[in-house]
Amino acid sequence: MPAELPDPTDLVPNQPHSKTDLFVSFTLLALQGFGGVLAVVQREMVEKKRWMTREQFIEEWAVAQIMPGPNVVNLSMMIGGRYFGLAGAMAALAGILTVPLVIVLVLAVLYGGVADTATAQGALRGMGAVAAGLITATGLKLISALGKNVMGLPVCMALVALTFVAIALLRWPLAWVLLGIGGAGCVWAWIKLGADGGPRAKVSP
Amino acid sequence: MNIVMTQTDWFSLFTHFAALSLLGIGGAITTAPDMHRYLVSDQHWLSDPQFTSSIALAQAAPGPNVLFVALMGWNVGLNAGGGLGAGPTAWSLALLGMVVAMTGIMLPSSILTYTATRWAHRNRELRAVRAFKTGMAPIVIALLVATGWLLTSAKNDPVHDWPLWGLTAAATLLVWRTKIHLLWLIGAGAVLGALGLV
Repeated sequence: MPAELPDPTDLVPNQPHSKTDLFVSFTLLALQGFGGVLAVVQREMVEKKRWMTREQFIEEWAVAQIMPGPNVVNLSMMIGGRYFGLAGAMAALAGILTVPLVIVLVLAVLYGGVADTATAQGALRGMGAVAAGLITATGLKLISALGKNVMGLPVCMALVALTFVAIALLRWPLAWVLLGIGGAGCVWAWIKLGADGGPRAKVSP
Repeated sequence: MNIVMTQTDWFSLFTHFAALSLLGIGGAITTAPDMHRYLVSDQHWLSDPQFTSSIALAQAAPGPNVLFVALMGWNVGLNAGGGLGAGPTAWSLALLGMVVAMTGIMLPSSILTYTATRWAHRNRELRAVRAFKTGMAPIVIALLVATGWLLTSAKNDPVHDWPLWGLTAAATLLVWRTKIHLLWLIGAGAVLGALGLV
């Protein structure tokens, strides 16, 4: 399958040079991701490598989130596939899984030795607390991107608040929230976009 | 623990994980309760501590959390081969288990995601595709903040846990407002925790 050229109207400052670049980038990215890779993905893809804009990241993340499978893995395949087709998707997928897989196996073999000590458990506890902060901060950073959303900032913030309450405080199942609140958001966006496709200001790849 | 795995058993393991692969919206971790029922309660291929430590280790290690599935497959293989001390036969069965489990959990969802997202990309001008992406954006952002909240509020003893909350708040502010490298923060958390300060 030939690689699709990225949409020239996009203002993405950068893109992966090769399949090797994809593999190495995603390997390095995965190795920084303790307690989940998400915070690292946002920083690497948007802020450092600039392979996507903040708005594109949110849109792609929405898709990666709603498809079955690990969302970071989904996102890596989507980025790889965009620039280098199936081979690019495989390179990104291999990058994000291979070296971490070897490391986790080594850890599993060593496990019996240290996992019961107070020091190791304390270190895990501290790393977990930092990881929670990283994820929260990633969400807070992305809120500024909602300013360009066609639904308007007040509606967007209301949807953010509703979703937070439903998931964090009421503990509703994810599927309900995605279908209910997410569905309402999609319908509202559909109306705002208008029958002719709406304002053509921002279309992401 | 020692178990016997026939070819049919390996195939069942594969198909079970392949089915869960398509159900794992929001990540494979959401199907962990069903994996526990199947591997521990029904088939007795894994012990309860093996199951729990597979998840804990994968979360502590760098990389995507889905690797806990690889560790479960690894442990099933080890059990079938007589344990880590049993030599190369056990190790190769463990590797087989890892490959079977990971292929099962990854293959169906990856094929579906790749196909669906390629379609969505080719049709990115469609009103429905744009409405979906635009409409879901606020929900996705809220899910991130909510995940951070849930991870923190799981530690809910104020007297004992307040330094931990402080650490989470500090990490949030630093990542939000500065460009400090994330590994420094993770390292600081590990040191503070190892010293028993949080």
